[in-house]
Amino acid sequence: MNTPSIKPVFIAFVTNDDTRNIVAAICEDNPQATVEEFPAMVKIESPGRLIVKRQSVSDLMGRDWDLQEIHLNLISLSGSINETEDEFELYWGKAA
Amino acid sequence: MSAVPKNTGNKKLGLKEKYGMMTRGLGWDTTYQAMDDVFPYDQFEGIKIHDWDKWEDPFRLTMDAYWKFQGEKEKKLYAIIDAFAQNNGQFNVTDARYINTLKLFLTGISPLEYAAHRGYAHLGRSFRGASARIATQMQAIDELRHAQTQVHTISHYNKFFNGLHDFRHMHDRVWYLSVPKSYFEDAQSAGPFEFITAISFSFEYVLTNLLFMPFMSGAAYNGDMATVTFGFSAQSDESRHMTLGLEVVKFMLEQDPGNKEIVQKWIDKWFWRGYRLLALVAMMMDYMLPKRVMSWQEAWETYFEKNGGALFEDLSRYGIRMPKYHEVASKEKNRLSHEVWATFYNYSHAAAFHTWVPEESELKWLSEKYPDTFDKHYRPRFEHWDALQKEGKRWSNPGLPMLCQLCQVPTIFTEPDDPTTTCLRETTYHGMKYHFCSDGCKDIFENEPEKYVQSWLPVHQIFQGNCGGEGLDNVMKYYNIVPGQDNGEYMGSQDQMNWEQWTGRNHKDAPAT
Amino acid sequence: MQVDIKTSNIKQLRNTFSHVARRLGADKPASRYQEATLDMQSDTNFHYRPIWDPQYDLYDTARTAIKMVDWYSFKDPRQYYYGVYTMNRAKQQDAAEKQFEFAEKRGVFFNLSEKEKEHLIFAVLPLRHYEWGANMNNCFCTSFGYGAAITQATMYNTMDRLGLAQYVSRLGLLLDGNTGDSLEVGKQHWMHTPEWQELRRSMENLFVTKDWFEVFLAQNLVMDGLVYPMFYKHLETRLNPMAGQTFSMCTNFMQEWFTETQRWVDSTIKTAVDETPENKEILSRWFDIWMVETTRALQPLMTALFAEEAASTFTQIKEELLVRAKKIGLRTPGAPA
Repeated sequence: MNTPSIKPVFIAFVTNDDTRNIVAAICEDNPQATVEEFPAMVKIESPGRLIVKRQSVSDLMGRDWDLQEIHLNLISLSGSINETEDEFELYWGKAA
Repeated sequence: MSAVPKNTGNKKLGLKEKYGMMTRGLGWDTTYQAMDDVFPYDQFEGIKIHDWDKWEDPFRLTMDAYWKFQGEKEKKLYAIIDAFAQNNGQFNVTDARYINTLKLFLTGISPLEYAAHRGYAHLGRSFRGASARIATQMQAIDELRHAQTQVHTISHYNKFFNGLHDFRHMHDRVWYLSVPKSYFEDAQSAGPFEFITAISFSFEYVLTNLLFMPFMSGAAYNGDMATVTFGFSAQSDESRHMTLGLEVVKFMLEQDPGNKEIVQKWIDKWFWRGYRLLALVAMMMDYMLPKRVMSWQEAWETYFEKNGGALFEDLSRYGIRMPKYHEVASKEKNRLSHEVWATFYNYSHAAAFHTWVPEESELKWLSEKYPDTFDKHYRPRFEHWDALQKEGKRWSNPGLPMLCQLCQVPTIFTEPDDPTTTCLRETTYHGMKYHFCSDGCKDIFENEPEKYVQSWLPVHQIFQGNCGGEGLDNVMKYYNIVPGQDNGEYMGSQDQMNWEQWTGRNHKDAPAT
Repeated sequence: MQVDIKTSNIKQLRNTFSHVARRLGADKPASRYQEATLDMQSDTNFHYRPIWDPQYDLYDTARTAIKMVDWYSFKDPRQYYYGVYTMNRAKQQDAAEKQFEFAEKRGVFFNLSEKEKEHLIFAVLPLRHYEWGANMNNCFCTSFGYGAAITQATMYNTMDRLGLAQYVSRLGLLLDGNTGDSLEVGKQHWMHTPEWQELRRSMENLFVTKDWFEVFLAQNLVMDGLVYPMFYKHLETRLNPMAGQTFSMCTNFMQEWFTETQRWVDSTIKTAVDETPENKEILSRWFDIWMVETTRALQPLMTALFAEEAASTFTQIKEELLVRAKKIGLRTPGAPA
């Protein structure tokens, strides 16, 4: 049985109106995430795993948000990726 | 507005399945011509792929989605570039010393973006797996984007500052620019699996943050909003590229146990070559940014020792270890930038960007960031050169440095355990002696000597008369470096005097950073 | 951070980059296309020969029989650099998206009879593999071509072909109600059905052709020059009106793309033809060879899809291409040298 890694994964966005909501959604869905602000950039770190949920972002934005819109504001990330229509997941270690 | 069509039929297709149909399903095994003839380049390296269908597509971008999102990014980016030009945004940077980082970037890095475009296009035709070809083709066009947006962004600076005007010509000829040129050509001349390990993994995953974060944060801290915008816009493409790097290494390691040894060798080689290339970035971070973001040492600790550590821990389950000589890089972290800047200070007359002695406040910052080495080994040099400069005898080294046969950086680094001794290594091959800056470079050479004996070493070439002829004047002409404009000391340069005239600012009058 | 500009006398030092100015003949303001394209590829002092093909340099004019004094004589009449290219395609994909949404809502394709569906799948779905082959061929040009002018445009063409293949795939999903079954059948046709084999054979022959300019001409001028009119102009008349209309609507992207791309292909080949009589001779010879090859390859499909009108339709298609070729300056078969 694989114990999930606790080494941090991160995702970083340009700071703007849209990403404010994405960051808020991530914090809701990832209680252990921490947010760091830089000039024009915001970085969210989380131990071992980080999940972005389409529904959570849509609820906060007040419109139907397409997960692939993440590309418009993404700056950098770390970890392996698992992408579906509804969720975007970063993780270290074997897939859950 | 997803590219993936809604379901109206009986069967519900998931994103992964639909995407598979849009991509890997397009290819076929040829029968009228042998597959090995159609794909002649993807087997000679010894990497064994048993099932290309096991390739995981992490980002499932169909072309229509690509066009849509990239088109939107371009619209935003060019609106900002236009506004920057209209508002003369270049006057908002801290001071004109900052522009020298852009000179280094445009002459050294932007041509590599173009080379990456062609390199990935080669992969886009060479791998027999359809999904792999699509991923590398998308990267190929992304890299073309980067090359062009960089040229377009910096084009406005070229109108007002020197050293930027002939970046393509200089990249192919100037002595320090053979460091990035040879780095990338090493990858392009290698096989497709080595190329993708070298660039997608080692460069764009392991080391990328050490290139982009310093330049882009440096731009942000120093008021260069155009470069920041370009940087962030490019970085969103980079996320896709980084992902490719990690996926491809895992893919190779999972396809055949025999691949591990080959991949590890490439990881070792390309870590070291990439690290030596980053020596230029180290210098940029610690010496060329009027407003500094963090020290090279801090960047190395964050982005390699911490982040890279996590990565290699993840890969250890495949039997991959940390790259060879990573501990040398850690040992060098409190010396690298100083040794390199000192070198460029020496040869400023022959470079297409300016150098200078840091201000006292800046020397103080360096002392604080490097408590074990700066005051002991490097501050005395700068104070000595400053004194000479005040006497009107600005130091200029009349000789030419010996270059490392492999990385082509001048052999100015010091022994890993002894900062007072220059590190030199040599080897003999077919009766000829070759010189290196380090064990790392020597190892790489000895592994593929036939390749590296071909190097077009700029200093050797000058001595052979292939760079315009005898004497510095002729070499400068060959380089298209305009003496008195592009080169030399910053104080008193056209850049510096124009800056003062245009903005009324002189960094020597400014308060401490 | 407000800047207090002390003097309004700020004079630009120069208009553009030196290498661009050299080509323009003077330091004049340059277009974005020019700055993005001119001299972007390295052309000297290469460090290592490719270990995978050491007879050549990394970028080597010897990879083609075509000779040019200046490989930047090639100009893209569309002046596509990445920004313009993607923004253009973004607009086009938006329109295509609406067309597909409309077609899906109306269900015209989904509600065709089984026989009609089978016919459409046979006639059209294998084209996704044709496009994939064209993607490979243009990628080959981008990899081995010389100079940023041509290779930039072939890069866009490469990605276009992927997009086109994906649009054809979506036609299939309209037909099979998103099961993907039509794509499987289409692939079977491409791999096994006799009428498609000669085209697949030609495509695979192109995969092993070594001169990248020959590949360029064969794929982008000859093959596309026959295939596109055949399927995206004339085929509609052979389908039942409802299906034909929907097909035409959903392939509007293809039709527009072909018209646009022709301009660039013709301009490129014309530039090479005009350079020297030797180039003209080589290009004309290639044109002859691939015309014969592709004509032969398309005959079974013409018969299957156009029946009694096959000969006359193909004559029309071929004549139009020959007129085009003549305009470009190629020596066309039967015409005096």
